[in-house]
Parts: sequence; C-alpha cells; structure tokens
Amino acid sequence: MTNMNGRFGIHGGQYIPETLMNAVIELEKAYNRYKNDEQFNKELQTLFNEYAGRPSRLYYAEKMTKDLGGAKIYLKREDLNHTGSHKINNVLGQALLAKKMGKTRLIAETGAGQHGVATATAAALMGMECVVFMGKEDTERQALNVYRMRLLGAEVIPVTSGTATLKDAVSEAMREWTSRIDDTHYCLGSVMGPHPFPTIVRDFQSVISKEIKEQILEKEGRLPDVVMACVGGGSNAIGTFYNFIEDKDVRLIGCEAAGRGIDTFETAATINTGKLGVFHGMKSYFCQDEYGQIAPVYSISAGLDYPGIGPEHANLHDTGRAEYVAVTDDEAVNAFEYLSKTEGIIPAIESAHAVAHAMKIAGTMDKDKIMVITISGRGDKDCAAIARYRGEDIHE
Amino acid sequence: MSNIKKAFENGKAFIAFITCGDPDLETTKKAVIEACNNGADLIELGIPFSDPTAEGPVIQGANVRALAGGVTTDKIFDLVIDLRKEVSTPMVFMTYVNVVFSYGAERFISKCKEIGIDGLILPDLPFEEKDEFEPVCEKYDVDLISLIAPTSENRIAMIAKEAKGFIYIVSSLGVTGTRSEIKTDLESIVKVVRENTDVPCAIGFGISTPEQAAKMSAVSDGAIVGSAIVKLLEKYGKDAPKYVGEYVHSMKAAM
Repeated sequence: MTNMNGRFGIHGGQYIPETLMNAVIELEKAYNRYKNDEQFNKELQTLFNEYAGRPSRLYYAEKMTKDLGGAKIYLKREDLNHTGSHKINNVLGQALLAKKMGKTRLIAETGAGQHGVATATAAALMGMECVVFMGKEDTERQALNVYRMRLLGAEVIPVTSGTATLKDAVSEAMREWTSRIDDTHYCLGSVMGPHPFPTIVRDFQSVISKEIKEQILEKEGRLPDVVMACVGGGSNAIGTFYNFIEDKDVRLIGCEAAGRGIDTFETAATINTGKLGVFHGMKSYFCQDEYGQIAPVYSISAGLDYPGIGPEHANLHDTGRAEYVAVTDDEAVNAFEYLSKTEGIIPAIESAHAVAHAMKIAGTMDKDKIMVITISGRGDKDCAAIARYRGEDIHE
Repeated sequence: MSNIKKAFENGKAFIAFITCGDPDLETTKKAVIEACNNGADLIELGIPFSDPTAEGPVIQGANVRALAGGVTTDKIFDLVIDLRKEVSTPMVFMTYVNVVFSYGAERFISKCKEIGIDGLILPDLPFEEKDEFEPVCEKYDVDLISLIAPTSENRIAMIAKEAKGFIYIVSSLGVTGTRSEIKTDLESIVKVVRENTDVPCAIGFGISTPEQAAKMSAVSDGAIVGSAIVKLLEKYGKDAPKYVGEYVHSMKAAM
C-alpha cells in the first residue's frame, strides 16, 4: 500500500525537478477526486468492457499442465486485450483522468512499443494529441509498432541520447513534460516514476488480479497457490499481485529478465543484480555502478530492458512478500516456443519469462496445487526477433 | 556564516557552471581558474551523471564525454583539492541525487566540507524530499541550494523561507540550454522570494549573452550560465580555458 508521502516502505517518493512538482501535485489531487467517483469508474468500466474487451479470460492450460506433470496451470490472457497487452488498462485510465483534468495532449515513453501503441490508441479514441518517445535502437527493432503508432495519429520521436533505449525514452519524456505542462499529461507506462504514478498505474492494472480472484473462485472454489508474472518496471506484475497481497498463502513470483545471465553485464535483472538508488523520480533498486551511474542493461525483451523496478515491488522484495527470480534470454525463447506449440498461444517475449519459470517449478509442485501465470501480451511483435535469435533471416 | 555569501558581495554575482572532466580534469582545472581570475563570483562544478534528466543536449553531451573519459566522483574530489590550492572563490557541486546517495550522503557531504565545497545543487531533489539530505548538509556547513521554477507559484514562499546559501531561480520551463528569449515573469517571483528571505537569488537556464546577463541580474542578485560555457569547452577542447576566461569577463562586465 502507498503511505502518506507516496512511499512503499523506504521506496518511492518524488525525486523530480521543482518545475514538475505542481504538475504531480495537481495529478494527485485529480486522481484522489476521481478514483472513487462513480461516474468516472462507470466510464472506465465501460471502456474496459466495450473497448478493451475485458474481462480477459482465465484459461486452463490443460496440455501444459499434463506435460509439466505438476501444478494445475491457468493463464490470465491479457494478450487478448485490445492492442494486444495489459498496457491498455493503465492507458485508458490515465487518458480518461487526463481528459477530466482538461489536458489535450498525451506524451509517453515506450520500449517495445506496446505502451506507445496503447497510448496512441487511447489518444485517437479520445481525440487527444499524442507524442511517443522511443529509443532509436528500439524504433529499429520494432519498426512495425512505430508504423502502428503513426497510423493511429501519434508522432513518434526517436531518442538518440544515452543508450537510445527505454530508460532514455523515459528521460526524454520527462524533459518534454518539464517544457510543456499546461496542456500535457505524461502517461507513464509502468508502476514507476515519482508519486503518484506508481499508485495510479497499479490501481488501473489491479483489474488483472481482481478478475483472477473472481475467476479462480468460480472455477476452483479457492485461491491459487502461486501467481506469477514478468517484471520490468512491473505494471502487469503488480496488477497480477495486488489483490493477493493480503492473502498470505498465495505465493507471488516476479520474473526478471536476466538477459545473457545475472553473472554477466548483459542483464536487466534489477532485484537480482541492482542496488538501492534514486532515479527517474523514485527510490528503488537500480542496476548501477559503484558511483551511482546507471548501467546500460540488456535483455532480448525490449519491454523488460529497463535498469530499475517499481518501488512497490522493491518493498514487496524487502518484506519478503514476493519473490523475484531471474530468467535468461535462452529460457524465455524456449518458453516462447513451448507455449506456442503446446497451447497454440504465442506469448510476448516479456510474458515468456514468466512461462519459463513456470516450466521450472510446475513439475515440482503437487497436482492439487494451482498456479496462475499472467500472459501480459501477445507475441506477434516478437516473431521476427525470435526467428533471428534462432538464426533465421526474417525481417518485418 | 556561509562562504557562498561572499559570492554576492562584489555587485551582482556571475555564476559559472562547468562539467568536470569535459574534455579532461586538467582542462576543467584551468577553465575554473580562468573563470575565477576573470570575475566569476561562484563556480558550479558539475559531477557528471549517466542520465541527467534536467539537462538539455549541450550539458548532456558534456556528461557523456566526461564519463567516457573515465571521470569519477573520487577523481573530482581530488580536482577540488588541487583547485583549492589556487582559488578561494566559493564553489558548489551540481549533480543528481543518485551520485550523492550511492556514495553515501554522509560520506559525500563530509568530504565536501573537508575539501572546501560550499554547497550542493541537486535538481532532482525538490522541497518535499530535502529532509533526507539537509540535516547532513547542516552538520557539515554545506548549503543545500533550493530551486524555484516558473511553475512554483504557491510554493515560492515555502521554499524561500527554508533556503540556504542562495536560491536558484529557473528562468524558463524545460531543460538547461541557451534560449533566444526568456518570457517568465521573473520580477514577480523575485518579489515573493525577497518577502520571505534574505538569502540572495540568482537566475539560470537559457542565459548566454551579456545583454541577458545584465537583464537577469538587474531583477535578481546574479546570473548563472552553464550551457554557453560548456559549448566553449566542446568547441575548443583543451584550448578552451582562455576562451572561457574571455567569455566570463565579458559577462561580468555587462552586469
């Protein structure tokens, strides 16, 4: 839970330039006004149901369950949402809030392009201007998503500063926000950044665990033993965990991107390799060197390729309430192929990190145990990259 | 008594910002000495950070070059020890919270005191978060500098009342970098500041010409210039110190 000063334990806070302080204070006030507002929630629920296609299915993966020979596995199908990932949940909430605040322009960062596409989609729907910042390297890796955003009417700005990836896109979006605040809302894509973003994004994503709980109670008559999700900044994971945090018998497992391994420099596993720091507006764990310089991180998954993790996750780690495990590129690619062949579901390479960990532990669990894995997005966007990883010369 | 006060005793203060280690620490040292000899009243030494979110492209570039050249916090402390043998001009560090936090706040700030650094500017540390560092700064007589922005409005009085050393008034929205025009109503901001504190205030962001320096210092107690100086270091490299000296001279003369 968020405490008074926007902290989760020692994590979180508001480490941002003075120029942005009144903007985040205004955002917090607006959010507090609307979060329990009946009309706002009705509008949001209608958007969720009629536009995004919620509730997403909780699917019993029978073949995978039998093949792994242990816990009964359910998949929370966020990949079936409109725009193909969980990102739409947060974006519809924030766009609606921004609209109520009188903002006419949305800016966003994106890594793989899923959050950018979702933001461009919401902007198109609500008649708002949209500018998306994307690392130049990512615009090249995800050219199709760049086209998609432009098709939806957004302007995509390739970011060339720093490592030209997700963290630089966040930095550039923050810089843009300091230069234009009046009409612009920064639609942050994960449970990170300064307070109140980690709380707002978590609340909009918590629909995932709210639905899982209702669906599993209906199907099984009891709570699951394990819920799992992949973690970059951590929005689908916190959405998956949130309504189970007080249910102490439910194990919460977050799967970080280990890249080429947590014993190499080519990793993005923040909890496993990072240390406490302050960056992008929050105190949390970050991959960094001994002088606090943020480390260039690496993962095959552009969506998990971020050197930090949301402050609520950092606190769930500190308190031991959630476990954070590292999954390598190789394991994730194997899981990507495994789920495609076994269940006919092509998961996003991000989500495949969670599937990979399930493949490791499901067989060690008794058959009467229940595991839920959130499939945060669909994998169509990753097919060309995975083919190349396997040595096939495919280009979009 | 804060040493920073001395910077405001010689008419309007000219405050020069230099990123340490761009292109190398030896050049930084020479550039600082030139700036001091040519009328700079206060020196802001930038400790580079990998992701300087409050900086425009010019200072971002300096950060990248400095870090690529192998500059570290410890090497910059050694630079200051060297500099203090030659200049007594007040000096402050300007860096990001994580640089101080990862070094250890007490270890970093006590080192500032030991080597003769008079203040600390952390652009990503707003009023709401300053309690994490301010008690340590007070313990070691290092002034934690407060910033006020064009969007501060109802926050100006609150910030001014607790300000130490000097107040850094951000002239414009956005990030650091030279601007052809500054449109913010700075007089109104300075008026509220003066109603709430005796701590001097200087204006920075976007100032590059002697005319701008004159205009900005006319409504406040001084002008802060960063990107224009960093551009000289980018352009002239190791030969930059004498150009920095000439530039500082022309700016101070206009104020």
